[in-house]
Formats: sequence, C-alpha cells, structure tokens
Amino acid sequence: MITIDAVQKRYTSGAETVTIGPVTTQIPSGGVTALVGPNGAGKSTMLTMVGRLLGIDEGSIEVAGYDISSTASKDLAKILSVLRQENHFITRLTVRQLVGFGRFPYSKGRLTKLDEQKITEAIDFLNLDELEDRYLDQLSGGQRQRAYVAMVLAQDTEYVLLDEPLNNLDMRHSVQMMGRLRDAARELGRTIVVVLHDINFAAHYADHIIAMKNGGVVEAGPVDEIMSGDVLTRVFDTPVQVIDGPTGPLAVYY
Amino acid sequence: MADRHPAPQRVLTHHGERRFTAVEDESTSPEVSTSPADLVGDLEVIGAPRRVRGGSGAFPDARSRRRYLIVLVSLTLLALAFASGLLAVGNPMPPGSRGFWLIAEMRTTNLVVMAMVAFCQSVATITFQTVTNNRIITPSIMGFESLYTVIQTAAVYTLGVAGVVALQGTGQFLLQVALMVGLSVLLYGWLLRGKYANIQVMLLVGIIIGGGMGAVSSFMQRLLTPSEFDVLTARLFGSVTNASSEYLPYAIPMIAIAGLLIMANARRLNVISLGRDVCINVGVDHGRQTICMLVLVSILMAVSTALVGPMTFFGFLVATLTYQLAGTHDHRLLFPIGALTGFVVLAGAYFVMNHVFYAQGVVSIIIELVGGSVFLLVIMRKGRL
Repeated sequence: MITIDAVQKRYTSGAETVTIGPVTTQIPSGGVTALVGPNGAGKSTMLTMVGRLLGIDEGSIEVAGYDISSTASKDLAKILSVLRQENHFITRLTVRQLVGFGRFPYSKGRLTKLDEQKITEAIDFLNLDELEDRYLDQLSGGQRQRAYVAMVLAQDTEYVLLDEPLNNLDMRHSVQMMGRLRDAARELGRTIVVVLHDINFAAHYADHIIAMKNGGVVEAGPVDEIMSGDVLTRVFDTPVQVIDGPTGPLAVYY
Repeated sequence: MADRHPAPQRVLTHHGERRFTAVEDESTSPEVSTSPADLVGDLEVIGAPRRVRGGSGAFPDARSRRRYLIVLVSLTLLALAFASGLLAVGNPMPPGSRGFWLIAEMRTTNLVVMAMVAFCQSVATITFQTVTNNRIITPSIMGFESLYTVIQTAAVYTLGVAGVVALQGTGQFLLQVALMVGLSVLLYGWLLRGKYANIQVMLLVGIIIGGGMGAVSSFMQRLLTPSEFDVLTARLFGSVTNASSEYLPYAIPMIAIAGLLIMANARRLNVISLGRDVCINVGVDHGRQTICMLVLVSILMAVSTALVGPMTFFGFLVATLTYQLAGTHDHRLLFPIGALTGFVVLAGAYFVMNHVFYAQGVVSIIIELVGGSVFLLVIMRKGRL
C-alpha cells in the first residue's frame, strides 16, 4: 500500500507559482495502477515524488509503511523502484550489464550467483535473452525501453513505478510491454504503478485507475468505476463516450 | 535463433554432405515454436538458462576481458620502457660513477612527479566526467588553472622577479593547494547544495570564474616589464621541472589518500555514471556522493597544478584514450588504465622531447599535438566518444 497524505509540491517560475496538490490518496497493493489525466495534471510529479526522485514540500508519503523522507534511500531501494521516461547514459553498456545495476541495492556492485539468476530472470521475462549481449546504443527505442524495465524488475522490489513506459513505443511494443507489466503484477506479485496517456491502455491492463487534474486527484477506483463517459469527460475536459468493445470498455474521444 | 542451437550449425559448416539431413531434421519438428515468447515460457519452466550466461560484470564477454589484459600489460611495458629510457639514456657521466647516480637521482624525482601528475590528472578527469555526466569537459576548466595563473602573475606583478622565488617553498605550495581546493569546495557547496542544485549551472559558473581570473591575469601581464614577463611565462607552461622534490613528502600522501578514497567508491561511481535518477533508484545518495567525489577531484587537481602548472588538455586526452583502451564501464578497471596511459603519454612526450628533438621544457606542445592527433584518429575510427 502506498499512502499519499496531503502532499504538495510548489514550482516557482518568475512571479507565478504552480502548486501540485495537496493530494491525499492510496495506491493499493498488488495489481497495476494507472495514473491518468491531462497534460500538466501532476501525474509524473506525483510518481517521481513517491519514487523520492523529487523532494516533497509538504505532506508525507508512506510506501509499505515506510515514510519515504525518513527511511534510508538504500533500504527503500529494496522496496521500491522507479523509472523515469528519459534515460541517457554516458557509458556504453550491454543490456545485461544495465540490468545488473538493478541488483546494486543487494550486492553493492559485487554480483553473486543469486544476482546473476535474478538478472537472467528479468532479461528472460522481457524477452531480451537474444539481445542481452548487445550494447544499448545498438538497440531500437522499444528494445531499450524493455531493457530499462528489466533493470527495475531485477531490483526485485514489491513496488515498481514507471513514468510513461509506453512513450515512443509503437502499437505492438506497447501491447507487449503492458502485457508483461500485468504479468509481473500477477505472476510475480509486484505492485506496478504506471503513468499512462492512453486511457484505453489503462482500461484494459490496469486494475485501478487514479485520475488527476490540475494538480489534484479527481477520481480513484477500480477500472469499471472510472470508465464511464461522465467521469472521463470531466477528467479530460473533452467529450468522451465509453462503448463496449470486444475486449472491454473503450473510450472514444474523436 | 542461431545461437540457441549451436550444435547443428557447426555440423552444417564442417560436414557439407550432412546439410540435407540436418535441414530436414529441423523442418520435421514444426511443433517446436521458436517465437521468443514461447521460448521464454519454456525457460521459466525449466528454471535454468540453457547456454552459459554471464557478462553482467565489467566485461560483456571473454574477448573484451582478454583485450583489457593485453592493453594493461602493453601499457605497463611501455611505461617501464619510457621510464628506464628517461633514467638511463643520455647520461653524460660514466655509468657507476658518483655523478651518474646524482643525475639518475634527479631524473628519478622527475619520474615520480610524472607518475603523480599522470595519476592525478587521469583519475580526477575520469571521476569528474562521470560525476558531471559529460565526457567533453575536464576539471581544469573549473578555475584551478586560472587561479594558479592569477597567483603566479600577482606574485610577479607585486614583487617583480622575486615573486617567483617567493612562491617557492613548502608552505607556499600547501597554501596554493589549499586555495584551489577552497575555491572549488566553495563553488560545489554553494552550487550543488541549494534548492536549485544543478551541475550544469555549477560548470557554467566555474567556467565564468575561470575566464574572469584569466582576464585579470592577462591585464596584470600587460603591465609587466618584458623580463618579468619572460620569467613568468616559464612558470605558466606545465612542466615537471617546475616541481621541487621538497614538496613530494606532502603531495604524495595527499594524492594517495584522495586516490584511495576515490578507488573505494569506484562501484558507486559506476552507478553515478547512469545519472541521478538511476542512482537514487538503486539507493545511492547522489547529492552527497557527487560533492564528496568533486572535493576529492579538486584535491588531485590542485596538487597536480600546484606541482607542475597547467596541463589543460592532458587530463581530457588521457581520459578519452582510457575509455577507448579499457572497453569497460567499471571504474575499478578504468583507473589503472588511466594512470598508466597518463604516464606513458607524459613520459613518452618527455623522452621524445629530450632525446629526439633535444628541446626540453616545451612538453605540453608535443602532448597536445600528438595527443590531439591520436584523439581525432580514435574518434574517426570508432565514430563515438
């Protein structure tokens, strides 16, 4: 369970102050939770604050009972992993070397047999076994994205936070990625929190949806509750109809 | 799929006549799916990988490990060759005489200084580039060299030629080191601690401060008499003969401690090279680690600069060559290659200058000329930094 309690973040640019929050919400354990909402709603800010990549101005966040501001970062790294959408490395790494860094919280850089096994599992889980000795700069965007996700899965944390993992992925790779994330939640018992832009991906692959708007949470609940025309129209400020598709509810907005 | 079934492949190439049966053998098993997803499922059931997997450490495969060892051994041999060349070649006294050993002793001091400078510059530059996540800058631009230039120029400006002498001595050496470290610690502390902590801003401010001090020095130099200027210029070229052996008992421990501390953090540096987000994600305190590393870098740079003067291009060149030669991201393995490369470049340049061109004291010219060409060649051949 991730508990977000009256969390605020202020950005000052010139005379203007943009405030995200106060946000109070809970992300349940297990399953996939999708953060959705229009641009600038504060989804990524919220996710990066939970992942302690961004400081909190007010309020508190607890992950599995640990306050993220007072718990040592190296201990949190065994509970919670977070991946931003843009990653740029100056060093040249192979996929396997990159995934190996996910084991740093446990081995501090001295990889053990168990680490190697976890690395192999994560690589296989994302179908990267054919590519594991390739350098990251030799991969396509989609393959690289999978390698990053493999790294956070190798970290073996209960909570996995991903900021727009479908960014720059085509239809096929998006579907594969979400399928694998859902499998990670179901088969490996992880709690996956993703920021998604496509409400239909959220509807199909997530178990819970948290909708944000103007820096606050406006709706949160199981997929069925959020997937209604009224709710989505209100969240996205654009007329949305929800129809029954062959694989579940579909939001139509164009 | 080829490397999943290596055995039949080998059969195919070695025995041409078995080609048909082998192909038929493959085509008669259509129920075996080769789609990656199914194979992964397969692997998960078995629970163990089929082929030997590895390469999550410093090297992706055995070949690059072997290559690293070859490079390490060759560099060591080259370093020894240049060192003994510098020691023994061209000694005017008969071997074994008192004068011979006296000259050899003086040359040994120079070699020790070269080794120190090579170590400082290479370790500092590699660490600095990792921490700043940028491979085209060097710690020299952070004002170390401009501060050195200002100190030297100001001494000559106020005291005349006597100023150069006034700056020699252990106390003065330690004071210069302290000033340079102090300046950079102030800069890092101020710019990396605050709310808008940002390494790019720190670099920019560092460069601007460096440029400002450079301008002040140029202004003072304009007002010097030609003879004073001449004396000063000799001090402003990086040269191991600038170093006096009385500094070494202080400089060596400082370098050793800073170097050991950086070495002890080498595994964390590997993580830092992946950027702030990944670093925090795996539980490394990025802010604190960055500042600690930068302070250690500034100690190394300050000692090196106070010892021999500015070596602007040297550290950058050595670091770039090191990345190409080592072929690994692991800092524990980068540093030895870096220090050896630095020593080979420096000692090699001195050897060529002293024994081929008979032009002592202008070694930075040959480092920048040859080094720059090697650098361009490597970049053009490999096509990346």
